[in-house]
Amino acid sequence: MADEKKTKTIKTIKVNADLCNGCRACEMICSAFHAEPKYSSNNPERSRIRVIREPLRDQYVPVYAGEYAGAECAGRDKYVIDGKEYDECAFCRASCPSRDLFKEPDSGLPLKCDMCEGEEEPLCVKWCLVDALTYEEREEEVDEEEEESVEEMEIGLESLAEKYGLSKIMETVARMSAEKKG
Amino acid sequence: MRYAETGFNLEVDLSRGNIERVETDPEDTELYLGGLGTNAKLIWDRVPPEVEAFDPENLLIFGAGMLCGTPATGCNRTIVTTVSPQTKLMAFSMMGGFWAPELKYAGYDKVVLRGKSPELVYLWINNDTVELRDASHLAGKGATETGEIIRQELNEPKAQVAAIGLAGENRVYFASIEQGRSSASRGGIGAVMGDKGLKAIAVRGTKDLNVADPLKFMELSQEVLEYIQFRNDNPIPGVMPILAGLGSPQEMKVHDEKWHTENFMWGNSRLRRKGFWSDEVEREWTETMDSMRTRLISCYNCPMTCGATISPPGRPTYMMKCFSKLTYTMAAMSDLEFGLGIAQAATEYGVDGFSAPQVMAFALELLEEGILTDEDFPGMPEDNEGRFFWLLDAIVKREGIGDILANGTYWAAQEIGGGAEEFAHNNIKKHEQLPLKLSMLNPIYFLMYATGEKINITQIEGQFPQAPFPKREQREEFVKDWLQVPDDRFKQYFLDWEPRGEYSIPYYPTVEMCCDIVDWQEKMHYIDDALGMCAGLSSFPLKPPYHIHNYPQFIEAGAGFDMDEEKLTQAVKRYRTLVRANNTRRGMRRRDEKPPENHWKKRFPELEKELLDTYYQFKGWNEDGIPTKETLQELELDYIYEDFVARGILSDGEDTPSQAATADQQ
Repeated sequence: MADEKKTKTIKTIKVNADLCNGCRACEMICSAFHAEPKYSSNNPERSRIRVIREPLRDQYVPVYAGEYAGAECAGRDKYVIDGKEYDECAFCRASCPSRDLFKEPDSGLPLKCDMCEGEEEPLCVKWCLVDALTYEEREEEVDEEEEESVEEMEIGLESLAEKYGLSKIMETVARMSAEKKG
Repeated sequence: MRYAETGFNLEVDLSRGNIERVETDPEDTELYLGGLGTNAKLIWDRVPPEVEAFDPENLLIFGAGMLCGTPATGCNRTIVTTVSPQTKLMAFSMMGGFWAPELKYAGYDKVVLRGKSPELVYLWINNDTVELRDASHLAGKGATETGEIIRQELNEPKAQVAAIGLAGENRVYFASIEQGRSSASRGGIGAVMGDKGLKAIAVRGTKDLNVADPLKFMELSQEVLEYIQFRNDNPIPGVMPILAGLGSPQEMKVHDEKWHTENFMWGNSRLRRKGFWSDEVEREWTETMDSMRTRLISCYNCPMTCGATISPPGRPTYMMKCFSKLTYTMAAMSDLEFGLGIAQAATEYGVDGFSAPQVMAFALELLEEGILTDEDFPGMPEDNEGRFFWLLDAIVKREGIGDILANGTYWAAQEIGGGAEEFAHNNIKKHEQLPLKLSMLNPIYFLMYATGEKINITQIEGQFPQAPFPKREQREEFVKDWLQVPDDRFKQYFLDWEPRGEYSIPYYPTVEMCCDIVDWQEKMHYIDDALGMCAGLSSFPLKPPYHIHNYPQFIEAGAGFDMDEEKLTQAVKRYRTLVRANNTRRGMRRRDEKPPENHWKKRFPELEKELLDTYYQFKGWNEDGIPTKETLQELELDYIYEDFVARGILSDGEDTPSQAATADQQ
């Protein structure tokens, strides 16, 4: 069983930074789509895609949120592309302690792109009329069973668990529910 | 709960350093919408005509449009309102960019500034934390440079900064407020900011902005986006490239400048250079643009790439928009390389790209004519381009003759005398205009130039084609999918409009039709200015995605109060009249409402009189351009009527102006 190959659909947002006009429509629509109720509000700070912009240095890098990283990187690399120096963070998708990207502004909990599940393509792609963002799907053979998709709340809980430990969280939850009852 | 708007303004008293967060009245939003509408109301309530531009009582209002920050594509404009030092009237200049949405996300609709700070300061708005900070280290710094320094010292790379340069600090009458790729340039509002001792406003917001009917609002926004895509794929045939598509005129994209360079005037709006646009010029200018332009860029939430990042050799990178591409080039009778270079200096200094080049060309004309002499220009270089750089410095620093020129051509001419007035020939209401001198009177443009209170033709024209299409078949094709017209009669006006013969200008469109057309054109701009919508996606281009039929739905789904075309039309008429009332109270009358004498060679005084008479009536103004009692009461503006009577502008019970009001002022 373990050797059996399975195909898996890999969803990708292809980013062409050369085409980005820096308008941040992607941030707006992402945050609106993920609002509760859907589209009831928008707030780029809640967006799971951000345009890392340095207009005067002609740097426009749309980055969408990936995994949560509990710790900062040990060192920071620099990349020079076409004569422009980029911080490696400009290309990094992690929600991490070293920067304020991809965190819920209220709770500080990490955000992760879910490719706008249920839509035919991620909405940031749909709203990017300059085609800096395009959507690609491809089939890939994988060795193992696909991982269970992690519930959104679990991502947050995992990061809390990493920070405070699971038992501390359980204690807090117990105390909070007791308080609520009381 | 408020929707689309946040419901709060920031009130900042710069004299005392006091800052308050003030809840606004939702009823005002229904009456005047937001942006320009409620700005005009604040000016009416708090800035009586005795208050001059540089009095501490003058307000400087940064108003985010009502729908700014919502998902509505292209809705990102800040409407800056104050009393202009140049026109002495209510000025309202708009800027796109990223500032207004950021202000909304910080939890405010407007920043209302009064008083004067004893020291140069900047305002830092970080959600609920708002503070005035010392800006002495920013004195003399460029506008763009200031934004960069502030972002660095606050360690807030995502803060949006609106700043003045040295021109604003020195109260140059055509100083701008610059913000990223945009600026609010007209009317000298940067001078008021400088006078108040305010170098910049930095804002950072991380709060939610709500809409009332999310699914409906999203459906409408989606339709707009699809229509933009459609229009991008289907440019309008038979018009020049910059009018075929959406957005501000695509000056950063389009290389073909035959139309501007051969139809607009060079120098001090003097010389028309037919045949200028040769293959060689085209090659050279294309090369210049391609070598300096690093990227086409946009404002917040907009796919139209109307701006560009420009890196002139040996100069810092800056962001340029629209027609400032050519204003310096043409005023100096030079080439594009010069124009893009000096525009960098002008952007950092923060001056208006229409007025500044004209003022400089005006000064050199006075020198040529002997009204000014070499002694007035000590140390000015011999070469033409060097002279423009020298003049720009002198004006912005207010040194020598520059101190006089810094007040604009109208006031400078008054001060210089000796016939200089003849050379300040391209003004309306004391404000420099686009350099255009044409042959045959155009009745539509006559009305727009005469009565526009933005005092900039690009901020009133639009929607209706600028000229008739030669063939009827072309016109029929054009009106087929012209869904933006408020009524089908506008299609007929256009169908019958011929380049020559009985149905051509100046007598066709008829006077009544002209009033109808101009009223529609102006109405759309006023709606944009209240909602914060960019004119480039609405009132300016042909067949835009936003129009009178979908705007009421946007307002209803966005702000959550009932709206239809009739109610919207009434609201617009209300705050448009309020703008006029502010200016009426400041002494503006019919005598001020005229295009430059030489704008057209062939003039028709009787027709022009009839046009103005009829249009005033159409708007509900009396023969002197003052809103009548009946109009004011119908618009629920009784308080204006009462003020007019108290001031003797209208006499009690009558619509005729009293003698005191008609007597020439100043």
